[in-house]
Amino acid sequence: MNTENRYQRQLQLSGFGKKAQDKLAATKILMIGAGGLGCPALQYLAGAGVGTLGIVDFDTITITNLHRQTLFTTADIGKPKVEVAAKRLKALNPEITVITYPAQLTNQNALTLFKAYDLIIDGTDNFSTRYLVNDACVLLNKPLIYGAVMRFEGQVGVFNLQNNNLKTNYRDLFPTPPDAASVASCNEVGVLGVLPGIIGTWQASEAIKIITGIGTPLVNKILTLNLLNNTVYEFQLAKNNQFQKEMPKDKKDFLSFNYDWFCNKNLQNIITVEAFDILRKAEDCSIIDIRETDETPIISEFETQQLPLSCFRESISEINFNTTVVLLCQSGQRSLKALELLKKQQPILKLFSLEGGITEWKKHNKSEHYE
Amino acid sequence: MEITCLFFGQLAEVTGKLSQKLTGITDTDDLKKRIQQQYPALEKLTFSIAVNKKMIQQNTTLKPEDEVALLPPFSGG
Repeated sequence: MNTENRYQRQLQLSGFGKKAQDKLAATKILMIGAGGLGCPALQYLAGAGVGTLGIVDFDTITITNLHRQTLFTTADIGKPKVEVAAKRLKALNPEITVITYPAQLTNQNALTLFKAYDLIIDGTDNFSTRYLVNDACVLLNKPLIYGAVMRFEGQVGVFNLQNNNLKTNYRDLFPTPPDAASVASCNEVGVLGVLPGIIGTWQASEAIKIITGIGTPLVNKILTLNLLNNTVYEFQLAKNNQFQKEMPKDKKDFLSFNYDWFCNKNLQNIITVEAFDILRKAEDCSIIDIRETDETPIISEFETQQLPLSCFRESISEINFNTTVVLLCQSGQRSLKALELLKKQQPILKLFSLEGGITEWKKHNKSEHYE
Repeated sequence: MEITCLFFGQLAEVTGKLSQKLTGITDTDDLKKRIQQQYPALEKLTFSIAVNKKMIQQNTTLKPEDEVALLPPFSGG
C-alpha cells in the first residue's frame, strides 16, 4: 500500500504537505473514553495517520451505545470497547499503532499512562474523571483537548497550551464541581447521537491543528454549539488563581487527592478523616469542636472554634461562619446533631460532620506518622 | 440600561429560554441575584459567567448593551 495515496487528499491541502503528515505519524495521542466522543475522534485521527493512538476504557458495549458510538455494531454488544475499537481502527489504517488500556483511569495510574503521550483527549462522561484528567495534564504539562455533551448542546476547547502568556485549564473554567445531585447525566436526560459525533470530530480536528501547526486552535477558549438552533458561542478564558490552589500541587498531592469526594462533597454531610484533611488544607473552612469544654484530647494540630453542644443552639446565631463548616466531636455522633441544628438556622452553609470524630482523626494521623 | 443575559445547557432548561433582556442591573452579582430570584431553581446550579464573551471571576460592573452569558459544566461524553 502506498502511504502517499492514503493521505493524498490531505497532503494536497495548502499549508499541510509531507511535513505535516510526518508530524502526525510521529505523534502519540491518548484518548480517554471510547464512547460518544472517543469513537468519532479516534476514527478521524486513525484516518489522518496519527502514529500512535492509546485508548483507555474499562466498559463493554451495550445496545444503548450504538446510536452514537460509531465504531461498534450490534454484533459487538458485550465485548470490551477498547478491543473492538482497536480492531476497527487497525482495519481502517494498518499503518498506525493502537494501544489499549482496558482499565479504569484513576489518580494511581494516570501519570504513568499520560507520560508516554504527546496529547490527551478527554472523552469521559463524569466530572470526577474530568478533574482528574485535567490535573494530570497540568502536572505533566500535556495539552488537553476537552469535549463534553448534553442533550443538544456541546462544549469543546483546548487546555494547558500557552498562548499570549496565558495557559488555562478546566479549573479556570469550572473551578468548583457542580453538586452531583443537581447535574443530569446523558444516561438520565439523553443526548442526540450526532452531537458527540460533531464534538468528538471537532476534538480530532483541534488535535490535528495543534500537531501540524495549521489554523488557530481553541487555546484558552471554550466553544459551545447548540444543535437545535445552530448557534455557536466562543468564550475567552481567564486564569483563576484563587481556585488553582485547590489543585494538587505535585505528584504526591495528586496521588492522595480524592476525586470522587471532590465532585460529590456537596451531597454527603459525613466527611472521612482523609477527605477532611484535604478539605481543611484546600479551603478556608470553619472547624467547630462541639465537645464540652472539659473533654480531651485537646486539638492542637489545626485551628478549631469551640461551641459546646449544650449551648450550641444559642451560640450559633452570633457567629460568622465560613461557607464550609466542619463539625466534630469525640466519635462523630453528637456532631451530626449539631449539623442538623446549624442547617436549620443557616441553610446556605456547606456542612460536614467528621466521621469517627477526633478519636478517628488522631488514630489516622498517628498511624500515618509512625508507620 | 438594558443588558442581555444568555442561558446555556441546563440553565436554558430551567428558565425556558435562551436569552433574556434585563434593565436596572449594575453588576454581575446584581444580575445573579435577580436571575436567581426569578428562577429559584438556578440557585442549586453551578455556572460560570462571561461578560461580552470573556469569562470573569469577580463581580464585574456592567455597561448598557453588555452581553452576559451563563455557562454550566456538562459531563456527558
